[in-house]
Amino acid sequence: MRLPDKVVERALLLLALSSVAVLASIAFFIVREGAPLIYRVGLSNFFSTDWHPTAGRFGILFMLVGSLAVTVGALALGVPLGISCAIVLGEMAPPRARRILKPAIEILAGIPSVVYGFMGIVVVLPWIREHLGGPGASGLAAAVILGIMILPTIIAISLDALEAVPMSYRDGSLAMGATEWQTVRRVVLPAARSGIVAAVILGTGRAVGETMAVVMVAGNAVQLPHSPLDPLRTLTANLALEMGYATGDHRAALFATGIVLFLIVLSLNGAAGLARRRRRPRPRPRRTASVAGVPASERIPPSPVSDP
Amino acid sequence: MAVAVALQLVAVGCGRAARRGLTLAGSTSLQPFAEKWADAYQARHPGLPIYVQGGGSTAGVEAALSGAAEIGMASRLLVPVESARLMAIPVARDGIAVVVNPTNPVRDLRLDQVRAIYAGQIRNWRFVGGRNASIAVITREEGSGTRSAFEAMVTDPLRIAASALVQDSTGAVRQMVASDPAAIGYVSFGLVDASVKALSLRGVEPNELNIDAGTYPLVRPFLFVVTPARLKGVPRDFIDWIVGPEGRELTRREGLLPPRA
Repeated sequence: MRLPDKVVERALLLLALSSVAVLASIAFFIVREGAPLIYRVGLSNFFSTDWHPTAGRFGILFMLVGSLAVTVGALALGVPLGISCAIVLGEMAPPRARRILKPAIEILAGIPSVVYGFMGIVVVLPWIREHLGGPGASGLAAAVILGIMILPTIIAISLDALEAVPMSYRDGSLAMGATEWQTVRRVVLPAARSGIVAAVILGTGRAVGETMAVVMVAGNAVQLPHSPLDPLRTLTANLALEMGYATGDHRAALFATGIVLFLIVLSLNGAAGLARRRRRPRPRPRRTASVAGVPASERIPPSPVSDP
Repeated sequence: MAVAVALQLVAVGCGRAARRGLTLAGSTSLQPFAEKWADAYQARHPGLPIYVQGGGSTAGVEAALSGAAEIGMASRLLVPVESARLMAIPVARDGIAVVVNPTNPVRDLRLDQVRAIYAGQIRNWRFVGGRNASIAVITREEGSGTRSAFEAMVTDPLRIAASALVQDSTGAVRQMVASDPAAIGYVSFGLVDASVKALSLRGVEPNELNIDAGTYPLVRPFLFVVTPARLKGVPRDFIDWIVGPEGRELTRREGLLPPRA
């Protein structure tokens, strides 16, 4: 039965390549549609602050700022929450609690973004309007919703990283008298650092790329937000909002926005890949997994606990 | 490759379906009414499937040009490049209502006040007889048919302020106005409901009588666009039915105005 194996192998390879082909064709298509416009109107127009596409002004700078602001806000909320959650799940929670918490977080990832947006409209916006002022639809609202939406990504990947830290690290630390929290903070977290960085970067990519929920709660005004309560527009929101009715140069400008977005997400994913590859212990048979086999950079410091 | 094959199968499937029936695509303002027309028309022509898709006016025009849909729906006027190749048939007229939250004491504005509010020159409700609250201006996205009609009839030559909140559908605008006591927005007349309050403009209430009499100023045409070659057979009959007595009756019942006879 050697031949069928080969056939299956080839077929699977073709299928795998087709996903690469899809990526390549997306890249090709948005560049072909958008790049000529950037070239024609010039970078000074394209990165200006004036977005009035039906009058020939294609400045996306405020939307870049908007994407950046919302993403930073989402990370400020999602990273501490997500990493703490991963630590609880991976290091502290009893197995019973894990069995409930982990699937719950996975369900969080499966909720469609339009539902998050709807929750934003009916819960977050009125709350902001009543308690903090402004129209409610704002960068803050988008950051809160996105902060929740990136949780599953950050938790899942951080948890993977924590679980990849060999048990012997913890045993060693605990044997030397460190408390559970000291072990987590001084031994496990540093050893899992590259994976956690990757989790944060992928969470960032998710926040930058999210569209539907942001369109629904951010207010989408093309302006420089002066406070978290001001409405703003992100790059993704710009595409989603205006694609339906755009023609000619306006449409090309939206594809050009897509190019910028594509580059941002591509570089974030690249960075996450790099972070994960660096300093990750190679998988090896359990038997030989000893402290001696760990690269120097990941070895437990001689005395992980300074103040027992 | 398998993906390509699958896509092709899907495309072939769709092509067949489209050939048997009638596909409409385009303006989301027109879509709910087109669905009603399609239902009523199908009731008299059983076995004829009619597919109504959204996508926006521009997508509708492109679909009509490419043949992806027999009829494109547009809630804006065609640009010259488009009108050279397509016929635009008015199937209805729509008033645009300026709406505020039902709790807002303001009932009436002048057009120049609406213009100043949208241009960002009037920023507080107390300047137009309302409460002391800053106005949350809500507009549609650039390129929207409703927005371009509103700009042409109200805000020109001023620009809508950059600080205005932008929503990408009539429903989203209405939802936002319904939930924010200080909001102002503009929506298709047919989609005004109890959750918002439609303002009268200098004493003229937005209702069918005033639109018909020509005293209400914000009215725009809804168009079906078709290539001349396809304006025969089923599409032709469907359009004739819509602008005929039965269609006009239904149009009126759904909150739109039939085209001028």
